[in-house]
Amino acid sequence: MDIKAYIGLSILLFSIGIIGVLIRRNAIIIFMCIELMLNSVNLLLVAFSKMHALGIAHGSPSLASDAQVFVFFIMVVAAAEVSVGLAIIVMMYRNVHSVDINFLNRLKN
Amino acid sequence: MSITTIVFIILSVMAVGAALMMVSAKNPVHSVLWLIVVFFSISGHYVLLNAQFLAIVNIIVYAGAIMVLFLFVVMLMNLNVESEPMKNYRLQLAGVISGGSLLLVLLSALMKVQSTPVQTNDGDVGLIKKLGMVLFNDYVVPFELSSILFLSAMIGAVVIAKKEK
Amino acid sequence: MSNVLESVWVIPIFPLVGFIVTGLMRNYLPKHLAAFIACSSIFLSFLASAYVFYIVKDVTSNPAAIHYFDFINTGALHIGFDFKIDHLTSVFLLIITGVGFLIHLYSTAYMSEEQENDYAKYFSYLNLFVFFMLLLVMGGNYLIMFIGWEGVGLCSYLLIGYWFTNNNYNNAAKKAFIMNRIGDLGFLLALFWLIAKVGSVDFATVNAGIAKLSTFDVTGITILFFVGATGKSAQIPLYTWLPDAMAGPTPVSALIHAATMVTAGIYMIVRSNVLFSLAPITMEIIAVIGLLTALLAATIAIYQNDIKKVLAYSTVSQLGYMFLALGVGAFSSGVFHVMTHAFFKALLFLAAGSVIHAMSGEQDITKMGGLRKKIPVTYITFLLGVLAIAGFPFTSGFISKDEILLNVYNHNKLYFYLAVIGAVMTAFYMFRLLFLTFFGGFRGTHEQEHHLHESPKAMTIPLIILAVLSVIGGLVQLPHVFGGHPYFSEFLNPVVKTVEHTDPKLAMKEYVLLIGTIIGLAVVYFFTKKNYAVNKYEGEYHGFKKVLANKWYVDEMYDAIVVKPLLAVGTFFKNVVEKSGIDGFVNGIGKAVNYSSRQVRLLQSGQVGAYVLLMVIGILILFIVQLFL
Repeated sequence: MDIKAYIGLSILLFSIGIIGVLIRRNAIIIFMCIELMLNSVNLLLVAFSKMHALGIAHGSPSLASDAQVFVFFIMVVAAAEVSVGLAIIVMMYRNVHSVDINFLNRLKN
Repeated sequence: MSITTIVFIILSVMAVGAALMMVSAKNPVHSVLWLIVVFFSISGHYVLLNAQFLAIVNIIVYAGAIMVLFLFVVMLMNLNVESEPMKNYRLQLAGVISGGSLLLVLLSALMKVQSTPVQTNDGDVGLIKKLGMVLFNDYVVPFELSSILFLSAMIGAVVIAKKEK
Repeated sequence: MSNVLESVWVIPIFPLVGFIVTGLMRNYLPKHLAAFIACSSIFLSFLASAYVFYIVKDVTSNPAAIHYFDFINTGALHIGFDFKIDHLTSVFLLIITGVGFLIHLYSTAYMSEEQENDYAKYFSYLNLFVFFMLLLVMGGNYLIMFIGWEGVGLCSYLLIGYWFTNNNYNNAAKKAFIMNRIGDLGFLLALFWLIAKVGSVDFATVNAGIAKLSTFDVTGITILFFVGATGKSAQIPLYTWLPDAMAGPTPVSALIHAATMVTAGIYMIVRSNVLFSLAPITMEIIAVIGLLTALLAATIAIYQNDIKKVLAYSTVSQLGYMFLALGVGAFSSGVFHVMTHAFFKALLFLAAGSVIHAMSGEQDITKMGGLRKKIPVTYITFLLGVLAIAGFPFTSGFISKDEILLNVYNHNKLYFYLAVIGAVMTAFYMFRLLFLTFFGGFRGTHEQEHHLHESPKAMTIPLIILAVLSVIGGLVQLPHVFGGHPYFSEFLNPVVKTVEHTDPKLAMKEYVLLIGTIIGLAVVYFFTKKNYAVNKYEGEYHGFKKVLANKWYVDEMYDAIVVKPLLAVGTFFKNVVEKSGIDGFVNGIGKAVNYSSRQVRLLQSGQVGAYVLLMVIGILILFIVQLFL
């Protein structure tokens, strides 16, 4: 398998995630699209780690495991972020009774 | 066309299709479910690359814990199709165009990348043993720090979501 | 000899030092000290000038220029700070420092009623003026001359407006300066033209390089120089400032507007006589304008009631005669008339100042009369001055004016007759002035009569000296016919080619002029004595006399044709261009900034979605720049 295929797939998922963030108004859905983006990056990292494992052309085997450890940490951070983020959204729902981001304009002016 | 390639294509189609469905689904619950499908397909990719540990962790953490959390919150809000707000048309169009442009830019950058093969099916890089060795030898400090991160996240979540008396 | 001449820089340095000292220390110097410093600086310059004269008179060829330092050094143009001391210069040096010293002496008494710092200020201005005038005549190239030219214009402005609290005086000062400036433009253009064609402004180089100039060039340059001269020397059309300049103190009028500054134009033309001799058209123009000015000013002078205004118009008229002399090619005659005019006009002005002083500030001759018994010294000196200017035989004025008339006769008979008419008018208005002021019954107030007194010695001694000079000063140029020898024109020969005519009829012409003068003067004397040595004089004129008394309404004409349109243009620019245009533009920028900031503020909607969109667009741009550019 060529690395280019994995890069292409990752780009595709990432941009779908971006389009999702821009299109949707529901805060929770937007959050989920962010998760999608994170996952596409994870995939890419794993693919690179295997590329380095081969050691051919641009690969250097010492970097191989580092990439997968990195993915591990990304998952850790994502988990923490989701819990806090959802707590915030719940808090907001209690105040405004809506999760529409158009109503979240406290940053105005 | 080796079997690896075929499996890769199937998994990719599944991932992309599910992602598209997730983005366009009206019902938030459906969105969540489609996202779970995406996670499964990505885990399939991990298995293909022989990153076994990550495949399992992906399922357990992401699809299992995080998505369930999302589902909880969606159910809590009692969100339905009727109350789902939609952005006005122009902004949607703007969003699609900019996202699409980004896609195109990145893909065209891809053209310049040199072909390098990826090791699939085999290799001990993704195995737990090797990963554990690297994690607990070279990356111990970030490991400990991540535990503190979790601690603060937990406390934070509890504090924020507490009802005011 | 040239070594001695190299230290001639002391001549202008003395007055410059005098200016600096009296100017800077004007608040601390007591009056007599300021006067002493100023007068002694001029006196020292006079001694130095006398020494220069002594040296130069033995030199038969044209002395070279003395180079002090490089002034301008750019590309092909090299102008040095040069002095040229030759016979012409030494004549002018003597006149400027000699008459200047006498006037300084006179001023010490005339201005004694001023405040101390104003007194010192006056003398500092006077010294500065002498400095610039010396620079003008000593300059070895047109640029140094121009520095002096401009400087004397400045000092004229400062001194006319000396009593600056009076707005009319300020306007007169402004008028003088602006009209000078218009003439200066002509001078500058001529200078540029010279540089373009000859490549130098040095006198020697220009005189040697005239072959490079076509007839058109020479005519153009000389006409432009003459425009400068009309401004500085008050000829038609730029003469109206001189009568208004009488607003300044009388010694100022004597020094600047009779003896020195107004002769700068004459000096310049004589200095460039090589150029002018090649442009017969310009010479003709100069002669015509000189003649017309002489006649016009004389007609106006006949019906003026202010003692100084009569003398002012007389100055304009006499300057016209000098230009007439230059125009017909009699350069040395023009310079000779400059010298004699300096004597008798300064004398007349100073004597008039003495009269004004005696009359406690009154300048209107209709209110004077019968003063000859009360202020005898002034009367006698004034009388001698009048005789000189009218051309009483063998006074300096007679000799110089006759020389001019002779040269004019040889050039053009019509000009000659017109010039003679002008001379008769000169005699007429001067005698009128004499009789109205000093004869008849006293027409002033009782208080003025009470205060009549002779002026102090400091004022009368210069009067006496000048009177003596006015009478005998012409003898240096007494024609052969009357037993004399033309020393003056011989002296100037190395610099100015004198028109030497071996004219068989010369003797007869001289005698005719002499007899004609005597007869004419007698007629004028009796006529004016009858009409003007009177007890009552109205001073109101009607009909044609009114036109003359109102200066042919020339000032009003200038006002309507030049001043009002300029003011209108200025107002237009102020209201339209300045207010709407420039202000509008500047305010408009402010308004535009305001508007755009209001629009930009709307960007901060607080909508998270919009922010994300912008973020994505930003990333997009960054990627494009990074990957493809």
